[in-house]
Amino acid sequence: MDMPAPDTGILSRKDRIVARLRAELPQAAVIHDEAEVRAYECDALTAYKCPPLAVVLPATTAEVATALRICHAEGVPVVPRGSGTSLAGGALPTADSVILGVSRMNKVLETDYDNRFIRVQSGRTNLSVTGAVEQEDFFYAPDPSSQLACAIAGNIAMNSGGAHCLKYGVTTNNLLGVTMVTMEGEVLEIGGAHLDAAGYDLLGVICGSEGQLGVVTEATLRILRKPEGARPVLMGYDSNEVAGQVVSDIIKAGVLPVAIEFMDRPCIEATEAFAKAGYPMCEALLIVEVEGSDAEIDEQLGLIMQIARRHNPVELREAQSEDEAKRIWLGRKSAFGAMGQINDYMCLDGTIPVSSLPYVLKRIGEMSKDYGLGVANVFHAGDGNMHPLILFDANKPGDLELCEAFGADILKLCVEVGGCLTGEHGVGIEKRDLMTTQFAPEDLEAQMRVKDVFDPKWLLNPAKVFPLEASRPRREKVVAA
Amino acid sequence: MLSPATETELSEIVAGAKGPLRVVGGGTRPIGRPVAGEVLTVAALSGIELYEPGALTIVARAGTPLAEVEAALAAEGQRLPFEPMDHRALLGTGGEPTIGGVVAANVAGPRRIQAGAARDSLIGVRFVDGSGTIVKNGGRVMKNVTGYDLVKLMAGSWGTLGVLSEVAFKVLPAPEAAASLSLEGLSPLQAVEAMATALGSPFEVSGAAHLPGEGRTMLRIEGFVASVAYRAGRLSELMAPFGAVTVEEDGARVAEIWRGIRDVSGFAGRAGDVWRISVTPSDGPEIAARTGGEAMFDWGGGLIWALVPEGTDLRARLGAFAGHATLIRASEETRARIAPFQPEPAPLAKLSRGLREKFDPRGVLNPGLMGA
Repeated sequence: MDMPAPDTGILSRKDRIVARLRAELPQAAVIHDEAEVRAYECDALTAYKCPPLAVVLPATTAEVATALRICHAEGVPVVPRGSGTSLAGGALPTADSVILGVSRMNKVLETDYDNRFIRVQSGRTNLSVTGAVEQEDFFYAPDPSSQLACAIAGNIAMNSGGAHCLKYGVTTNNLLGVTMVTMEGEVLEIGGAHLDAAGYDLLGVICGSEGQLGVVTEATLRILRKPEGARPVLMGYDSNEVAGQVVSDIIKAGVLPVAIEFMDRPCIEATEAFAKAGYPMCEALLIVEVEGSDAEIDEQLGLIMQIARRHNPVELREAQSEDEAKRIWLGRKSAFGAMGQINDYMCLDGTIPVSSLPYVLKRIGEMSKDYGLGVANVFHAGDGNMHPLILFDANKPGDLELCEAFGADILKLCVEVGGCLTGEHGVGIEKRDLMTTQFAPEDLEAQMRVKDVFDPKWLLNPAKVFPLEASRPRREKVVAA
Repeated sequence: MLSPATETELSEIVAGAKGPLRVVGGGTRPIGRPVAGEVLTVAALSGIELYEPGALTIVARAGTPLAEVEAALAAEGQRLPFEPMDHRALLGTGGEPTIGGVVAANVAGPRRIQAGAARDSLIGVRFVDGSGTIVKNGGRVMKNVTGYDLVKLMAGSWGTLGVLSEVAFKVLPAPEAAASLSLEGLSPLQAVEAMATALGSPFEVSGAAHLPGEGRTMLRIEGFVASVAYRAGRLSELMAPFGAVTVEEDGARVAEIWRGIRDVSGFAGRAGDVWRISVTPSDGPEIAARTGGEAMFDWGGGLIWALVPEGTDLRARLGAFAGHATLIRASEETRARIAPFQPEPAPLAKLSRGLREKFDPRGVLNPGLMGA
């Protein structure tokens, strides 16, 4: 994985740039000490690290605008950062860049239950948005696994999903408006508490643009009333194919579970050893959750269990109590942690058409043998968003490279069967150079034109999303200027 | 009239265009500034290309009649989640709405409050930009954050950024049953309060409308038979403080009621201009009063349909408000004089203009329709 060489002109002007930032921003908001900026050298894709030139942690939209205006004038690249939980390297700095972190901006600005929205500063964590409204029995629907730590700013940048998007959609479906600062330091208000844009859907294109179009400082989010209840059922099968068929049959039967999660044997074994959730040892395990009143849940689960039984499950267990429901989810929710205990791993998130699940799982198994690296699969089966975890040894020379090659092959397979490289983590640097497997040059050109409009000098998170070769003319034009 | 039968032909036609093109699907939604130009129809780009009920996805060429898509889905017990409005009766147009037109206009219906608009179900597009280049974005899977979301950008761009050639949707199971609850005699203010109470309940309301003309406030719930009965009961209890609740459980009748709301049938065939105003729901009654005309409310108060005398500059009456107003039905003369789409604040207008210049540098696609 390459990053562009830092601009030596910028490096040599570090003192002046820092001085300008410190002159116009509160002292505590600007970090430039070499040891301190190291805390921002990477995000959750820890294989890649690079300390930034400086870090700015503003407390207001006005301070964000000031920082961006200065960086724009100085021609300094800016890497926006939420909580730094990106698995794709979305917040990885370069040595000549300024990290602009919104973590200090975490206030709730307005809560409106009658109109069902909340307005927050974008550094607020995902889970604490729900935390702010749950006393009134409301919640914010998108629930990425990192929801305890990840910020709304990052959720918007990556258009984050979660386990429950089969029913509630992803971030873009729950985002009503933003306050966004452009690279030039102009503050834009887009959308609000009303629905749908007047003109072009700028909100729609900002969401998922990986911090390349602007820095979102405030967001208006849709909140929903909590369902009366929810209950999961656990089912185990002897083969991935059968489990895949069960998923498809449930969907075709007209039931819309809020979540359908899938774990394969390596993942079951690891989580069982770690979390002791009482999972059966089998090839494929499904957790299906439905919502509603008790009677509604009974009806839906009745239908689902009927389908499940037709396919001869080795285990079929409906949660009989709150406690049991928690245990069923415990294993799934600790899957990544469990895998981390036993191995280094790389987590992919390609999405495939649900109908291709059995084939793709089979191919991944074969490739795993070819590469000599283990794979555990845990994913959102209802929407085809896979999460293969490739196991490797970070201390073994060459293993990371082998793992990355294997990962690239899996993602190419996802594209081949009609899917995509990333379902919810984003492209970042991780999948940047694979973009050409999914997109023709014209497709990428169309996307880059959008960035040309929002950030003509290509200073915002410039070396991400697009293959370096594809974005080079635009980025280098900037350096030359 | 230009009527390409393939995407390649479409691309050649746009690339070779010497002057403005008026892009149409079924031509059932003549909304926006009138466009002078040669008609380019995508009607011949027709047909469902892929439908996987087990994956909840459908892909169709842009000119495919909406009716054909809906029939294919219905045969498998599924539907488009966003309940696209049929504009024909309201606008007095004929022809066959196309799935591409639904996307270009980002059409929605009463279920917008629960399931989103066309933009929210749209998962992939193919289009030809103003230079004739074929571009794809998104795909056929429902979770996809690979690159920028041009899918959203294309939805509601009225053919001014590109001519759609293919669209892909996430679909949902159609419910087994539906019920409609109604209350009589509420003022708009009381109605919006009642609808907010219903929408803030856990009973999954999929429609909330108020028709002042009939003095009726209506709520819809959908799902499995027993669940609908249960929720209708609970919701009736919850609504009791607002007045007596009548429950309609006959499926055909419920469908008819909500089709009427979806298509604004109360204003069809009546003289006057029709505006569509999107607001914060609780602002609805006050904004509706400012129109000085007849109003109906959908989306729990967040969508106002207003019928006002011909030629009214409604925005002048509304003054500043949070939201936007679109002139949906008026004479060509009025639509040329009053901007049909809400003018954007200068910084956003600059971005929109920039996008238009990038995607259609020669300005040949529906020039002027949305303003720029």
